[in-house]
Amino acid sequence: MATQDTISSPAAASSRQLNDPALLRRRYSAERRFQAYGLAAIMVALFFLVVLFTSIISQGWTAFLQSSIRLDVTLDKSEFTDADGNVSDKAIRLANYAKLGRDALQNALGIEKPGRPEKRKLKELLSRGIDTQIRDVIEADRSRIGQTVPIWLLASDNVDALLKGSIDRDVPEARRQLDNRQVAWVDKLVEEGRLEKKFNWGLFTFGASSQPETAGLGVAIIGSFFMMLIVALVAVPIGVAAAAYLEEFAPKNTLTDIIEVNINNLAAVPSIVFGLLGLAIFINFMGLPRSASLVGGLVLSLMTLPTVIIATRAAIRAVPPSIREAALGVGASRMQALFHHVLPLALPGILTGTIIGLVQALGETAPLLMIGLVAFVVDYPVTPMDPATALPVQIYMWASSAERGFVERTMGATLVLLLFLFVMNAAAVYLRRRFERKW
Amino acid sequence: MDQQVATPASSAIIRSAVDDPKVTSKDVCVFYGEKQALFDVNLDVPRNAVTALIGPSGCGKSTYLRCINRMNDTIPIARVTGEIKIDGQDIYDPDLDVVELRARVGMVFQKPNPFPKSIFDNIAYGPRIHGLVRDKTDLDELVSESLERAGLWNEVKDRLHEPGTGLSGGQQQRLCIARAIATKPDVILMDEPCSALDPIATAKVEELMLELRQNYTIMIVTHSMAQAQRVADKTAFFHIGYMVEYGDTKQIFEDPQDKRTQDYIFGRFG
Repeated sequence: MATQDTISSPAAASSRQLNDPALLRRRYSAERRFQAYGLAAIMVALFFLVVLFTSIISQGWTAFLQSSIRLDVTLDKSEFTDADGNVSDKAIRLANYAKLGRDALQNALGIEKPGRPEKRKLKELLSRGIDTQIRDVIEADRSRIGQTVPIWLLASDNVDALLKGSIDRDVPEARRQLDNRQVAWVDKLVEEGRLEKKFNWGLFTFGASSQPETAGLGVAIIGSFFMMLIVALVAVPIGVAAAAYLEEFAPKNTLTDIIEVNINNLAAVPSIVFGLLGLAIFINFMGLPRSASLVGGLVLSLMTLPTVIIATRAAIRAVPPSIREAALGVGASRMQALFHHVLPLALPGILTGTIIGLVQALGETAPLLMIGLVAFVVDYPVTPMDPATALPVQIYMWASSAERGFVERTMGATLVLLLFLFVMNAAAVYLRRRFERKW
Repeated sequence: MDQQVATPASSAIIRSAVDDPKVTSKDVCVFYGEKQALFDVNLDVPRNAVTALIGPSGCGKSTYLRCINRMNDTIPIARVTGEIKIDGQDIYDPDLDVVELRARVGMVFQKPNPFPKSIFDNIAYGPRIHGLVRDKTDLDELVSESLERAGLWNEVKDRLHEPGTGLSGGQQQRLCIARAIATKPDVILMDEPCSALDPIATAKVEELMLELRQNYTIMIVTHSMAQAQRVADKTAFFHIGYMVEYGDTKQIFEDPQDKRTQDYIFGRFG
């Protein structure tokens, strides 16, 4: 109001001194204060980001290491033959691998004629996943039957925990998961160089398992990949087409206003509602299988669609109208103007919006819970119709498991998911730079 | 206001008849929704000459210009009534293809707006979409011819594949003129083509207009009365949606008849 006074009455203006020091000081300090607030806000955000990453990484990095024991396993021929004395598929399938592993461990430790309790204790050092490991070695080359082969066998989660320091050796034996004897064996194996922490490829290849050492993200990664593919194939073309039509062709009337408001509303609908919708339409009405990544992809497409439409419309609107006029002016049809000029210029924005939509979909959990993607899936899905899980859902499932090994895996899986998100965001930045053109 | 509304359209002063006009307008009115922007414009534009449309801002001169290539069609709420003919053909005939029309009636805009593509592609775009050329040689020829006519060839012949947006403002505007010429139009509309240019670039564009006049019918909207005097054969003065006075440029500037024209030209308003 003071300024208005000065403008309306020249007398007041002349009475006020130019560069009034008090006024100047007040303005400068207000500016500095504002900048300080902004800086403080950024610092707070950064602080929490650092806390988040420190906690995830410090708890999760061990998930990328897995203890294995190198043992010379004697593939005794009698284990793999049926009653006739021939090697058969059935016999290989039913062989007592736990015994083979235990015998090998017993030899390595130099224990002769162990009693039943000792046998049980030895067995506890090895993972239950060694069945598959040994069987895979045999299936790779059946001529190995009858020979003694060195194999890195997975150690049990308790051994793994002991090596990673999450089992405290000072805890009294009665309350410790491994007794003194087992600890001594583990130390001996480490000393001999037989027990090592190796990079945990299994984290990326294994499917679901009740043992943490044989549980991995394999199924979840494939499931998430299928879903991203379906979102990219369904949501992107539909979203871009809808946005281009609304922006360039649709008449401006009440109907398009209603559509526009509803698209914006859809973007704000809680994601679990999309899960319910998918359950009702895709599974109950259309009869698509539960737990399939196809259904997950379709639900995530519905969820991503508003994001893609809004981002594309914004990108199209940001193309200067002069370009459109130039194209129409030389006699391009409206569609030619759109495809030859407007869309290429809007492409960086569309790509960014689309990838942000995909990233959102990749991290989405709630709607997938509604359509059964929380299944215990051991085998890799081959098609999108097969049962699968998704990365965030796998994190959720591991987080609710009791075993100690799953805690680090939860964090490890979170790191993997974050890595995917980073890569996709980096791709968005790169693509935007790559396709950006000046006018 | 009452005074304006009371002015009947027929009161427009037409100082000199045009024989064999290129573009004829009869009772052209333009509405933007409820609002009428142009009232009963009757104007005959001579062939192979420059016709300037002058008047204060908001007088409807750009609106009228954009009727000639039906650019107003792109504004959903715009409605045009009356009749505009080019060479006797009604351009608002529902059977007429507006895309063809815009190839025949080129347009140059206020702000240079080359496509963010190479100089070559800027020129080649129109001929390509209209199928004006058969092969690469034809296209090369058409591009160089268009650039030559626009007086830009010598400046850009070595960098045809560099972006058109990298040129200076004046060069960009001549590029836009070359682009308009490339679709072989016979009418070129220019909407304040020099308002974003410096005096030297302006002089070049004006020189170009005088050259192009021999082969094209040019209509130019301008705020600069000096420019209208330098380039235009005919001048039409617009005021608040009415075409007030139309005649030879000399007549309009030296001896305006209407009070409003006099006020504008002698700098009493606008």
